[in-house]
Amino acid sequence: MKTSVTTRDVGDVKIIELHGKITIGAGDLQMREAIHAAVTGGSMKLLVDMKDVTTIDSSGVGELVGCYTTATHKGAKLKLLNLPPKISDVLTVTQLITVFDVFSNEKDGLASFS
Amino acid sequence: MSISIPGPIVLWLSSRYENLELAQAVLEHVCRVRGIGTDAEHWMGVALREALANAIKHGNRQDPAKRVYLSLGGGADAIEILVGDEGEGFEASAVADPLAPENQMKTSGRGIFYMKTFMDEVTFARGENGGTLLSMKKNLDTSTQKGVNTP
Repeated sequence: MKTSVTTRDVGDVKIIELHGKITIGAGDLQMREAIHAAVTGGSMKLLVDMKDVTTIDSSGVGELVGCYTTATHKGAKLKLLNLPPKISDVLTVTQLITVFDVFSNEKDGLASFS
Repeated sequence: MSISIPGPIVLWLSSRYENLELAQAVLEHVCRVRGIGTDAEHWMGVALREALANAIKHGNRQDPAKRVYLSLGGGADAIEILVGDEGEGFEASAVADPLAPENQMKTSGRGIFYMKTFMDEVTFARGENGGTLLSMKKNLDTSTQKGVNTP
C-alpha cells in the first residue's frame, strides 16, 4: 500500500487518516506535514486515524511524539484512533501507549473532545 | 516435507532509504521459502528496517557513495541477519535508554531498542574495514523466541 494522508473535518475535529507505512524517509514526513498543517491552520482537536497503517518504525514513532508535543504546546489535543494490533505493540513496548489517548472507534474519539 | 534452506543472500545497497523496500522484499521472499509465519516475518521486517536505517543515517551519513552490506541467512533453527556500514562506528552501550522517563518524549533513540525487543539476539561489532557490523538472530522455534509482551 502506498503511503498517503487524507484529512476531513467532523465538526471542529480534524481527522487525519494515515495509510500505508509510517517509516523513515516516507510516511513519517507526510504525517508530520499533515499534522503541522492542521495545527498551524488553527485545528485544536486532532484525531489521527491509523486503521490503514501497515508498519511504523522508530522514525515514525519519533515523528508522532514530536507532533504530539507540538500540538500540546500550541494548546491543541492530539488523540489516536483505530490502532492496528502491531502498531499498538510498537507503542506499548516503549511505554508510549500511556502518553496518548487511544480510541477504537470514531464515535468515542469524537465524543472525547466534547 | 523438507524445507529448502537457501544459502545466505548478500546485497550491497547504496545509502538510500528507498532500498529499505528492496531489503524487506528479499526478507519476505526468504520467509516465504522457509515457511516462516507472518508474525515473525513482520517483527523481523521491523528490526531489519531499523538496522538498515541506522546504517544509512548514522553509519554512512546518507552518503549514497557509501554502501550498506546486508546478509540474510541462517540454518534450520534461525534466521540470521548481518548489516554492515562504512561509517565511523559507534558505542552501542552509550545509547540512552528510551524507557527512561527523561527520554520518553524524545523524537529519536528507539531503533536499537526495537531491534533488541523484536529479535532474539542482537550484537554490534567493528567491521573488518571499519564501520559497524550488526548481527541479529531470530529463533524459529517459538519456545525460544522472544515475543512482544503486551498487556
